Amino acid sequence: MSIDKTSTPPEDVPVENPEAARGSDVAVDPRLLVREQGLAGYVTEFKRKMKAGDLGSIPVVIGLAIIWIIFQSLNSNFLTAGNLSDISVAMVGTGMIAVGIVFVLLLGEIDLSVGSLSGVAGATFAVLNITHGMNEILALVLSILTGTVAGALQGFFFAKIGVPAFAVTLAGLLFWNGLMLKILGDNGTINLNDNGLVAKLTSYYFSDVAAAYGLAIGVTVLFFLSSYFGNRRREAAGVPSRPLSETILRTVLLAIVSFAAALVFNQYKGLPLAVVIFVAVLFITDFVLRRTSYGRKVFALGGSVEASRRAGINVDMVRISVFAISGTFAAIGGLFIASKIASANQGAGGGDLLMNAIAAAVIGGTSLFGGRGRTWNALLGVLVIVSIQYGLALQGIASPVQYMITGGVLLATVVIDAVTRKTQKSAGRA
Amino acid sequence: MVHVSATPVLALRGVSKRFGAVQALTDVELEVHAGEVVALVGDNGAGKSTLVKTIAGVHPIDEGVIEWDGKAVQVNKPHDAQNLGIATVYQDLALCDNIDVVGNLFLGREIRRRGVLDEVEMERRSRELLDQLSIRIPSVRIPIASLSGGQRQVVAIARSMLGEPKLVILDEPTAALGVEQTAQVLDLVERLRERGHAVILISHNMADVKAVADKVAVLRLGKNNGVFEVKSTSQEEIISAITGATDNAVTRRAARSNGEIKK
Repeated sequence: MSIDKTSTPPEDVPVENPEAARGSDVAVDPRLLVREQGLAGYVTEFKRKMKAGDLGSIPVVIGLAIIWIIFQSLNSNFLTAGNLSDISVAMVGTGMIAVGIVFVLLLGEIDLSVGSLSGVAGATFAVLNITHGMNEILALVLSILTGTVAGALQGFFFAKIGVPAFAVTLAGLLFWNGLMLKILGDNGTINLNDNGLVAKLTSYYFSDVAAAYGLAIGVTVLFFLSSYFGNRRREAAGVPSRPLSETILRTVLLAIVSFAAALVFNQYKGLPLAVVIFVAVLFITDFVLRRTSYGRKVFALGGSVEASRRAGINVDMVRISVFAISGTFAAIGGLFIASKIASANQGAGGGDLLMNAIAAAVIGGTSLFGGRGRTWNALLGVLVIVSIQYGLALQGIASPVQYMITGGVLLATVVIDAVTRKTQKSAGRA
Repeated sequence: MVHVSATPVLALRGVSKRFGAVQALTDVELEVHAGEVVALVGDNGAGKSTLVKTIAGVHPIDEGVIEWDGKAVQVNKPHDAQNLGIATVYQDLALCDNIDVVGNLFLGREIRRRGVLDEVEMERRSRELLDQLSIRIPSVRIPIASLSGGQRQVVAIARSMLGEPKLVILDEPTAALGVEQTAQVLDLVERLRERGHAVILISHNMADVKAVADKVAVLRLGKNNGVFEVKSTSQEEIISAITGATDNAVTRRAARSNGEIKK
């Protein structure tokens, strides 16, 4: 080509974004962001992320450590195996609901109906199983499906009719709460069978020591193998891969956490069934969100709806399905909560449950602005909230203070989220 | 592959489009050959965007014929255009800020392996594609949000190349870009031509048009107002075709300054 590029006169649009200009400097040296080999490269990458405000789960992990240290110094019973084990079981109900909230938050939307829906699921199961004597498994499936259907219905109004999700689910909050009261009828409380399937969800422990350690070993080995062979494939394809030292470091960290948890559980009643189910759910949902094209669509919608539509994504279907997922996890969470108190009552799904579930997702690091977050965030967030509840209960501090402290923690997290976004913007990564 | 074939890839014959009382396009003719960059210019409201949207299937035409490889075709939906091999890169970029470059390139057509996203293969192909187009970005694994405007534009164009289209339509690709980034995009347009793609480039910037286009098609008030060979046409001639008068402020000024030099 004989055309001289340098003769292109400058556009009269000034460079309005100094970050963009710096970005073009980066383009001059494409190696700049390529990770160096070995651990040194990992450290520089980490520092760069810190500077860019890409904090990930670090604030919440630090926050959790501080909370645990404070409560332990106030009452030495806090970090005992029994208490930690109880916290782990108690968090599963809210945690399950928070998993569904993560999905909705990834779209940049909100679901306010999850608390009421969880109550509906508990009541449905109780009425079907106890009052009508239906088969336990069938009643369990049907009660979870009520959540799915209700969620899909709300998703339909949001996606197809175009009602804001906030308004639809606010209506849902009232409607489903009324439905639950209607289902329960006049007597108000239905006690569950203490030896039934749902009661076992939170009362069953694998008392064999081998169960907890076996799970810890299994998780660690599985993680190592999948990382190792994933990296081998990347190397074979000639794309940048993680150094082996990083894989080993991550595996060791995971091993420490999982074996510490196993040790704690085994000192008490053993590995709780509820925790096993929760961890399995987190694994599966995380896999779906990050490794399947469905998950990619959810993230895409959280980034730009228009871009998703142009890429041929069926926006309405993804939206409806996400609300269906949210409803499903609300129902599952409701069953765990009913299991914990071994009954379905009129207060179920009310109080601070909704706010705790949303707070758990957000505290864990899921962005309120959509497109950023992982379901593992729900675990960290709910650990923080339930730790505060249990810690204050040990101190004999009543719920007014509990609400205020949880509110303060939530505010701190949202502030971190907003500041993170600002930092990321100024580092060109928002 | 740099040759201009006899049969145009895309030909519009007497295309008209009406929106209610507004006649947006009247008897428009346009031909684009493989390995050719045709700049589509015109003042605001001249019908450039409408014309592009008729080709891309967003607005079906009312009258006239669209010929693809010499055969008359119906383009009624964006899908029809895509199936023919027409890729359109709109002015507002269709990228997701929160997803990385690889994810954006393959958005909506992810490569899967046993039902699971094949990130390795997608990353390998992304690198291959970006290398072929000599696109330089810091990393294919950083979110789009961290790229500059020009880098985003080249990613959006690269994305349209994944389907191996025969015709690429670029709607004001350099509109909000700085000098360096504009050069990057223009380089990319030339590379598209070298690879034998037909390119329709909409631009307001005469310098860009002169730099990369082979032909300039001028639209004025929804009608053809001349097709020029870029090499043998001066900027003033194009501008007078756009403004629709040989006697206007621009040409008068040009004539005056030329005259002054002669004196």
